[in-house]
Amino acid sequence: MKTQILRGLLSALLLVATFAQAQLRIEIVGGGASQYPIALAQFKGEERLPQKINEVIAADLLRSGLFKIIDGGGLAVVPSEPSEVQYPAWKARSADYLVIGSVSPAAGGAWDIRFRLLDVDKQTQLTGFAYQVPVQQLRGTAHRIADAIYEKITGDAGVFSTRITYVIKSGSRFELQVADADGQGAQTVLASNEPILSPSWSPDGTRIAYVSFERKKPIVYAQSLLTGQRSVVANFKGSNSAPAWSPDGKRLAVVLTKDGNSQIYLVTPDGGNATRLTNSSTIDTEPSFSPDGQWVIFTSDRGGSAQIYRVAVSGGVPERLTFEGSYNVSPHYAPDGKSFAFIQRNNGRFSVAVQDFASRQAQVLTENSNDESPSFAPNGRIILYATEVRGRGILASVSSDGRVRQRFSIEAGDVREPAWGPILKSQ
Amino acid sequence: MKIFLIRFAAIVTVIGLFAGCASQSAKEQEPAPVVDGNPVGTAVVAEPAAKTTPVITVAPKATPVKPEVISANPLKDPGSILSKRSIFYDYDSNVVKEEYKPLITAHARFLTQNRGRKVAIQGNTDERGSREYNIALGQRRADGVKQMMILLGVQEAQIEAVSFGEEKSRSSGKDDAAMAENRRSDIAYDGE
Repeated sequence: MKTQILRGLLSALLLVATFAQAQLRIEIVGGGASQYPIALAQFKGEERLPQKINEVIAADLLRSGLFKIIDGGGLAVVPSEPSEVQYPAWKARSADYLVIGSVSPAAGGAWDIRFRLLDVDKQTQLTGFAYQVPVQQLRGTAHRIADAIYEKITGDAGVFSTRITYVIKSGSRFELQVADADGQGAQTVLASNEPILSPSWSPDGTRIAYVSFERKKPIVYAQSLLTGQRSVVANFKGSNSAPAWSPDGKRLAVVLTKDGNSQIYLVTPDGGNATRLTNSSTIDTEPSFSPDGQWVIFTSDRGGSAQIYRVAVSGGVPERLTFEGSYNVSPHYAPDGKSFAFIQRNNGRFSVAVQDFASRQAQVLTENSNDESPSFAPNGRIILYATEVRGRGILASVSSDGRVRQRFSIEAGDVREPAWGPILKSQ
Repeated sequence: MKIFLIRFAAIVTVIGLFAGCASQSAKEQEPAPVVDGNPVGTAVVAEPAAKTTPVITVAPKATPVKPEVISANPLKDPGSILSKRSIFYDYDSNVVKEEYKPLITAHARFLTQNRGRKVAIQGNTDERGSREYNIALGQRRADGVKQMMILLGVQEAQIEAVSFGEEKSRSSGKDDAAMAENRRSDIAYDGE
């Protein structure tokens, strides 16, 4: 009997430990120059939910660094309708915005969730939505509400309901994982004893292309997140790497060595005929498509050192974009196409930088030594990258103005190779 | 025994606190429903498509162990130069140093005498810089060795130059010696 209990406890322990390990821990450093003061009243009826909507929204807004959360508690009557709101009381708490809402059971075990974002000064409603969702989607719905609030107040699209992908290395084991943007709900997409590199999201967010070394050389695969089905994108003689999806999802740029040196080719997702895009006798790698699909930026040492170039998808002579320093690599287009993030080496330190296409001015955003793989959040406001802290691989993000920083770490190993997924259009 | 139980129970409780959010969110990955009616106001939103994420596990394939041939295998004989398989490089260089030329020549001779054998030349780099750029640098190292072997009469179909970039480091240290250990090309014969 005792042994049985012990065994039960042990398996519970193991199960729980697996979940705890898989959790990305987030730490926020710094904050925006000005923060929007916003109060969130408890949603009427939310005490019946396993996951308080209100708390998820507050955590999202806080994490963006752009909001100051005003205490919404301690009221005799918690407002859930505009008619119940005592605006002077919220003004006294210095709140510019107030979120109210309610939760009630709906048919078939679903929940009805409503919220309104109110302007405290003008005493008007800025936005409001109603959702009917099953219990499993309460958290996702809270992220969507946070997105709506963020968008209304800042004017930029919210990215709280998007997902990220990254690679975890623990011991000799590699896992490609997908998690919500707040690090919750991590799921393993691919587990392997050989390295996994360079995950790239399809524009519709349903597939991830990546490089796997499981067959003793780099091969590019594309895997569906819905079915788990996997196809070979590029497995030519030599190395196959650096996949980047075109914005229409019909092609990928990949780096192949089938004709000798590392060059950029365009292939279809099912591995169809490879068309050569660059023609140099040097290294051309790390392609990234412009959002309009007309250009590809990439790293090349054709000029004698690693620099970033731009070439038309139709071909032609590439134009050099970076000139400062002898090592500028890993370019990634901003979603508005007006700038690109990259890694610049200065005095032996590798840092995240952003360069504007129009002004050609580069700005270094981080002060780390080992930054890698920068990519933009789909609203262009955050750059997610990999770095090292005390010898351990972690993910970090910096707002595109350099002010707000976050770190994502994991207890059980190194995290690396991040990529931020797209904003999924509502049906 | 009882003490054991209590101790385990305590651990489960503590870790359970951490795991609370995780296990909840794990339940979220269900197919999405459709949203209807919108009494509050502005719009109707539906949740995105199913979030279920199936996993692929790449299990290491069991390699059958072949019985060692009694007659000496020169590729494994420590006395033979053919048992040496690594070419090391200076930082940011793919130049094969003079001291490694006899090694490459010996392998080229073995391959010209054994046309049925194939090799992979695996290029590696140290961990500094971009992972993808390092794949390309490792490829350049491997290609250099391949070209030398072809000049020495090995057929192109016998050689595949591939790169591991910085991914398969032999030494995990951060000092110069460890970095130097990782800047190399390895010669791997088929079946190895």
